[in-house]
Amino acid sequence: MTPLPSLPVPPSTSPEEASTTVKLSVRGLDAGFGATRVVRGLTLDIPERQVLAIIGPSGCGKSTLVRCLNRMHELVPGATVGGAVLLDGHDIYARDVDPVLLRRRVGMVFQKPNPFPTMSIKDNVLAGLRLTGALRGGRARPRTDDVVEGALQRAALWDEVKDRLAAPGGSLSGGQQQRLCIARALAVEPEVLLMDEPCSALDPIATARIEDLIHVLRERYTIVIVTHNMQQAARASDLTAFLLHGELIECAPTERLFTQPSDRRTEDYITGKFG
Amino acid sequence: MVRHTDREYEGELRALNDRILKMAGRVEAMVAQAARALAERDAEQARATILLDDTVNSDEVEIDEMCQSILARRQPLAGDLRFIACALKMVTDLERVGDIAVNLCERAIELAREPALSPVVGLGQMAALVQEMLKDVMDAFNARAPDRARAVVRRDDLVDELYHGVLREVLARMSQDASALQRGIHTLAVAKFLERIGDHATNLAEEVVFLVEGKDIRHVGKRAGKTV
Repeated sequence: MTPLPSLPVPPSTSPEEASTTVKLSVRGLDAGFGATRVVRGLTLDIPERQVLAIIGPSGCGKSTLVRCLNRMHELVPGATVGGAVLLDGHDIYARDVDPVLLRRRVGMVFQKPNPFPTMSIKDNVLAGLRLTGALRGGRARPRTDDVVEGALQRAALWDEVKDRLAAPGGSLSGGQQQRLCIARALAVEPEVLLMDEPCSALDPIATARIEDLIHVLRERYTIVIVTHNMQQAARASDLTAFLLHGELIECAPTERLFTQPSDRRTEDYITGKFG
Repeated sequence: MVRHTDREYEGELRALNDRILKMAGRVEAMVAQAARALAERDAEQARATILLDDTVNSDEVEIDEMCQSILARRQPLAGDLRFIACALKMVTDLERVGDIAVNLCERAIELAREPALSPVVGLGQMAALVQEMLKDVMDAFNARAPDRARAVVRRDDLVDELYHGVLREVLARMSQDASALQRGIHTLAVAKFLERIGDHATNLAEEVVFLVEGKDIRHVGKRAGKTV
């Protein structure tokens, strides 16, 4: 893959190595729309190859925060961003950083599965690579069949679709479509995967498949998942961050946050004593 | 105090709390009546007390069901989760104290058949102390007062001291007077049962500390105190 001009790719590490390295570091992040501040002076470290869940009531800034982590927030007209987000210690908002290349390293999966419905399953997987020009020429050009199989394998979808790769993406079930979107995100070989409520449109079985997938993916990727589902955060994440009114109230190991939160506001939120 | 947004859930947790207090009240009454039956050599009182155990056993089953229902339907977290975990353990300790009260009553019936043994120093004190511990720990639970629960834990050392005193005294009497053997064995059993009630009160107190603070203070000294 092509490294970003000012964001050198770190040397690869084996999954067995303990992850205490900070992959993403959010420093005094302010983000909003026009005069409205949605995220307020938020500071947070996200360790490499761990799953961070972000929870909080509607409108607390969860989605805005994750969209700042791969510079998608700035695509919204009137969006404002201040502070810094460091990927492997390098500011992703530096002037010479290409946001398109950044998004190859920090991929995203959205709330509603959004495959290209008429495009084949295979082409859906390759869509991200085509968009970034990674399939055009050059000696390092990957073999598309290998990329498709690898991404679908990692998204735990290969066995279900390997005999119908030419079928349209829209022919899959909702849960399969979401895993196809995950495969599309994985095809570009990201280092971080942002998931914004990836299971909110899925039934419990499809949700369990995605959560099982997250357990596997955490060995290779740093994952940030926004969820309204507290049980999902408890099941799927290593760390949980609680946001309220755009501020980080508490970030702790998931088991501790859900059994003994240190802040009264966290306790009130997760036990349903708000609003 | 901040209440749950879901009032039905709030009601379920309050009902569970009240149910535990009610069961504890019944268990305390059983222990008090068993102690009185022993002191007054009242077999009738002992038999009446034994009958109360059925209700305590039903309490245990019903409270277990309430906990399971809340776990399944509400997926409690944080303080609520600790409350359910604590309730499931407390109910077991309380049920065991009820069983021990029955054991005390059975010994009271046996002892009432025998000639009275001259009062054993410390046995009455033990009975009074474990009753106080039971009352205080349930007050600490109701008030969510971990300091009061810790005071109960500390008092268990005194129960153990009294128990060893009773043991020495009764064994001495048994070695001197063969006719006191049967009564001595029953009395030793009574002392052991009272000592076990002290242990269960201690367990309950440790559960109250965990409920309020999330700190596991069991077996302190054997392992470092662990916070979840």
